[in-house]
Amino acid sequence: MEVVILKQGPYLIATIQSALADADIVQLRDALVQQVGTHRARGVIIDVTALDVIDSFATSTLRDIAHMVRLRGAKTVIVGIQPDVAFAMVRMGLGLEGITTTLDLEEGLAYLDRETKITANQ
Amino acid sequence: MRPPETIEETSVTVECDRDIVVARTQGRAMATQVGFDATTATLIATAISELARNILLYARRGSIRLSPLDQDGCRGLLIVADDQGPGIPDVSQAMRDGYSTSGRLGLGLPGVRRLMDGFEIRSTIGEGTTVKVKKWNK
Repeated sequence: MEVVILKQGPYLIATIQSALADADIVQLRDALVQQVGTHRARGVIIDVTALDVIDSFATSTLRDIAHMVRLRGAKTVIVGIQPDVAFAMVRMGLGLEGITTTLDLEEGLAYLDRETKITANQ
Repeated sequence: MRPPETIEETSVTVECDRDIVVARTQGRAMATQVGFDATTATLIATAISELARNILLYARRGSIRLSPLDQDGCRGLLIVADDQGPGIPDVSQAMRDGYSTSGRLGLGLPGVRRLMDGFEIRSTIGEGTTVKVKKWNK
């Protein structure tokens, strides 16, 4: 699978390296949901910068990942959706409502830092 | 002046999820050859991805044919998704947003129509489905 999952502090960072077939995205979903428990992760970042197409299946699977990760007690951020990909998604009517997206990895990490700090202080 | 390059029509057999990636990668390559910009090539690749997945989901096997178009100097791309699957019982229902019999989002076909310039669908129960879409380079 063309996805590397790295552990960085309390977060898991999944970097997609190239176009993914449906089975690869499903495999990524299962690996992330599993590893949130194994590493007791507080947040998950999925870096989709390398994806040149995000179609209905990829969108619904990304949404599934975010919801499943949330049920496991962690937060998900999707980072790096490219301008052309965003345009195609909007034209298709595909969205990621309720799911946090940020411009890039740096913003994604900053978001998780803020979010997990807020939760810790509550 | 060098003669305009001839772009060969190609066909991709779709019978597993890897083929979806192959079809849309070839579609993007041909779109670029035809002269589409990167944004439109992405729309085309996304449409091919949806069409190829429909084949896999509903018919399990079929093909995506990609052909260059040239009409009065206007260039374009024709994509024909063809299968010998069960056919779509109610085409107008399948073209409605939010409708799906596969348990998925159901945005496939209406979404593809919004991405492309021309959309034609023919489906016969027990014989199969053919979807023809076109994109013109404006």
